[in-house]
Amino acid sequence: MTEYVLILISAVLVNNFVLVQFLGLCPFMGVSNKVETAMGMSLATTFVLTLSSVLSYLTWQYILVPFSLEYLRTISFILVIAVAVQFTEMFVRKASPLLYRVLGVFLPLITSNCAVLGVALLNVRKEETTFLSSLTYGFGAALGFSLVLVLFAAMRERIAVADVPEAFRGPSIGLITAGLMSLAFMGFSGLIKL
Amino acid sequence: MAFITVTSPHTTQTGNHTGAFMRQVLYATVPGLAVLTWLFGFGTLINLLWAIPVALASEALVLKARGRDVRFFLADYSAVVTAVLLALAIPPTAPWWLTLVGVSFSIVVAKQIYGGLGMNPFNPAMVGYVLLLISFPVEMTRWIAPHEAPSLMESVQLFLGSTSADAFTGATPLDTFRTWAGDAEKLASQAILNGKLAGQGWDWVNLAFLVGGLYLVWRKIITWHIPVGVLAGLALTATPFWLYDPVRYGTPVFHLFSGAAMLGAFFIATDPVSAATSRLGRLIYGFLIGVLVWVIRSHGGYPDAMAFAVLLMNLSAPMIDYYTQPRTYGHKAAHRGASR
Repeated sequence: MTEYVLILISAVLVNNFVLVQFLGLCPFMGVSNKVETAMGMSLATTFVLTLSSVLSYLTWQYILVPFSLEYLRTISFILVIAVAVQFTEMFVRKASPLLYRVLGVFLPLITSNCAVLGVALLNVRKEETTFLSSLTYGFGAALGFSLVLVLFAAMRERIAVADVPEAFRGPSIGLITAGLMSLAFMGFSGLIKL
Repeated sequence: MAFITVTSPHTTQTGNHTGAFMRQVLYATVPGLAVLTWLFGFGTLINLLWAIPVALASEALVLKARGRDVRFFLADYSAVVTAVLLALAIPPTAPWWLTLVGVSFSIVVAKQIYGGLGMNPFNPAMVGYVLLLISFPVEMTRWIAPHEAPSLMESVQLFLGSTSADAFTGATPLDTFRTWAGDAEKLASQAILNGKLAGQGWDWVNLAFLVGGLYLVWRKIITWHIPVGVLAGLALTATPFWLYDPVRYGTPVFHLFSGAAMLGAFFIATDPVSAATSRLGRLIYGFLIGVLVWVIRSHGGYPDAMAFAVLLMNLSAPMIDYYTQPRTYGHKAAHRGASR
């Protein structure tokens, strides 16, 4: 049990995917202009990231390793993620049209989120990956992504009305802010040794 | 009878402008500065006298480049306050270039790029401090052992970088506790941990900043919410862990009177620009700073954590505000955030 809590804290704070490992920066910059859209994106990413983390682990464990096809992991994980996203989209569309409308274009966008592929690849690189640990790791990565995305969106709403010099408006000040956030997250380093 | 018609606000003549407030903050740092100088020599004072012109010059440079009124903005003393807080936070053995890098980064990147006073999402002084701590960890952790202060001449040499600081440096109480946590005998034998209240010397520093902070609360420069939140967060987190294992975890009093606890609670976390704004929001903001300070002090990779905790809550402050918007008088719950 402790092991899973540590994996979770590590993925959310200490090795935050966006601010410490610098993965998934495109949606981080792209959909952080409003808090509401950031929350929608967080929900969709959390679901897909957890699902694809587990699916790619299963692919690795029961298809790639038995057939000695480890070198195909990148391409097969991309395929798995794309399929997971597609199925999620189809399912959500039928099961809950309201949620589908809320998530909108973000669902297919997740396919190109490098954090999703990053989680899948990092997962199988660790020794002793189990079904539960890959589930926890995927969920923790998604929680960390959602946390900083929503906080960042709230900050950007405030920066949008600040008297920023012309040359720094828009994405430039966004990236500087992300850098300073990353500086703050350095405080968590050393909190957990995994 | 002739009526005088004056448009609001009606308080223009009372001198309640930004500069006056900022000057009060500067006065309130005097006891802390005095104790730091008494314990650790003139290093902090020299840093401070060097940091102020650097801050003013950086601010003037940016204002000039942006075509703003340089004299008007320099007169609000906000750059001086940033410089003073950073100078108080960095070790007295710091060479001149350390202060130069920290202060200019604080002013230019953390403050002016966001549009100057009132716009910066992060506390400028703490951004500078964290940048220095990450980039120059050796220089930033060289504190002087209390009562072994270098002379004025030696302090000047340290400042110019012409002499090594190794002769004066000693571990701070927080460093010492961190090193020997879990070892009861070693902890008992460390002289620096046996101060009147907490670590030797550092309890006086914190008491002095507490006095200065209470002055700020009394003059209504800051409200009580954030300092009380920070100190309560720190003490309430420290207490159960201390009761559970007093050898591994410090006492609440030790935490409250060590490192930058009081300086942070009263002077740094209370920055009105980068903190949460509503009363409830300020209490939450302060409390979480206290909790984070304890977590990073006890489990993290850094012995003190005020700067990191403040920055982490700075970046959460807009979200806290989003959910703690107070109800407008005459209306039901606020439309955004709180009603959902």
